[in-house]
Amino acid sequence: MSDFKVNHREGAGIHVIELKGYLDAHTATDLESAFQRLINDQKFRIVVNCRDLTYISSAGLGVFMAYIEDVRKNQGDIKLTNMSSKVYNVFDLLGFPILYEIYKDEQEAIRKFGESSTGR
Amino acid sequence: MSRFPRSITTTVRSSTDHLREVRHFVEAAARQFGFVDEDVSNIVLAVDEACTNIIKHAYGGSSTGEIRVTVIREGTSFEVQIHDQGRPFDPESIHPPNLKQHLSEYRRGGLGVYLMRRLMDQVEFSIHPGRPNEVRLVKYLGSPSAHTGT
Repeated sequence: MSDFKVNHREGAGIHVIELKGYLDAHTATDLESAFQRLINDQKFRIVVNCRDLTYISSAGLGVFMAYIEDVRKNQGDIKLTNMSSKVYNVFDLLGFPILYEIYKDEQEAIRKFGESSTGR
Repeated sequence: MSRFPRSITTTVRSSTDHLREVRHFVEAAARQFGFVDEDVSNIVLAVDEACTNIIKHAYGGSSTGEIRVTVIREGTSFEVQIHDQGRPFDPESIHPPNLKQHLSEYRRGGLGVYLMRRLMDQVEFSIHPGRPNEVRLVKYLGSPSAHTGT
């Protein structure tokens, strides 16, 4: 039984990745695969909905670090949404809000993509 | 008489699929000791980071090693001792990262020890030839939690 699930859906050119459960050094590869698939398919406008993400360790945060450069080089972005305060605290301790746009809800992040004319 | 044993131990294989088991073990002990949710989360994360480092660096990703996790509860002190028999890990090589630079270079990894120090009141590494490597993580009941602004 997996402690972690990644769901992917797409609407209007925005790709939403929903995370559920525990993202640690064991499950980080599942998220890596999801990002890798999107990048291989030239999909660079990505929203990560963390509503059901219960837990994250630095190994999980490292996955975001691994792909952000590729995504931005291609005029895209990874925007994060719907974090619990527990998960946000870990991002915050490591200074991630400097580098990533973090929104309260998914629609807000999608709107932000709409405001920029670049990306795919 | 104490409500719980002063010292409890679990031993797991050096594989990331055992991280969940270690987290559950430490979480239960921390809750029983009386920590609030935020402190429990911080302790669990610090122990996860320590064990992940051991799996990746001390055992180089091999799952044949052992990690022994001992919780010692005394007074207001909640101490987690983590022992392994892998390659010695030089704590002197771990400097607090310059987070802004680290992030601006999109560097991945290397943040575990930094997190452990932010989340716990004390973090110590003991490396002695012929003895297991030891990481000691201590949190005191009632000490401030690591969060924004502190």
